[in-house]
Amino acid sequence: MARAATTTDAFNAVAEPRRRQILDLLSQGERPVNDLVAVLGLAQPQVSKHLRVLREVGLVHVRDEGRQRMYGLNAEPLKPIYDWLATYEQWWNKRFDLMDQVLEDLKEAEGRDDRDD
Amino acid sequence: MTETTSGTAKVTLPADNQIMITRGFNAPKRLVWKAYTSPELIKRWWSGDRGTVTSAEVDLRVGGRWRYVMTANEGFEVAFRGEYREVFPEDRLVNTEVFEGIPDPDDHAGLITVSFAEKDGRTHMEMLCEYRDRADRDAVVSSGMEAGMQESLDHLEQVAVSLS
Repeated sequence: MARAATTTDAFNAVAEPRRRQILDLLSQGERPVNDLVAVLGLAQPQVSKHLRVLREVGLVHVRDEGRQRMYGLNAEPLKPIYDWLATYEQWWNKRFDLMDQVLEDLKEAEGRDDRDD
Repeated sequence: MTETTSGTAKVTLPADNQIMITRGFNAPKRLVWKAYTSPELIKRWWSGDRGTVTSAEVDLRVGGRWRYVMTANEGFEVAFRGEYREVFPEDRLVNTEVFEGIPDPDDHAGLITVSFAEKDGRTHMEMLCEYRDRADRDAVVSSGMEAGMQESLDHLEQVAVSLS
């Protein structure tokens, strides 16, 4: 099956674990590319390539500060992903909330058995 | 009234073809295992707020099969089934999961690994769901929206609005 290009949208861009790692790092604040290279333990061309993909989908912005280029996170394109996952998460929350009730009943039944012993 | 809310489920996507669901329960794992694997108890929670579980068959042994059926609020039937691959009571359960409502369902089976860890009388559950590829994984995550629930349609509309 043909895969969508990584640059189509944020969904594809964050499918790559290294790019998610870069977003995590940038969520703590702006960083120059050398910093990311050091933390990730990747070669600079690889990091630059990931940053380019992230920039193309608008997840990362860049600005010049003196002689350095500072990369920063723009989380807004992640919202549709968050919303998409949130619906699925809600569905499991409904199930687990019901399971909580089952567990309370089981605990209560055990407590009763203990008193009967 | 007893405090029943012990946390909210957290859903993450650790890899292209995976979904990870974690949740804490305010009960020992012995009871969580019981609630998770006993047919009469599965009937009380598995359908969430989407319908009523009409059948839960569980043959809890390696190679044994399971099948859950629910009647959705909209009236149609939804059935899942699979086979147990690993059964370590109270600790770990590995099973396949097939949604019967799609063409060639067995080609799109998921592998579900659930583990329970207990601490101070509470249980932490991790459920790792692995699929053939990203398309299958995404179809599972999107399944809530495809169920035709108004809630989801409203939600989809919000997403569309936020994108415009």
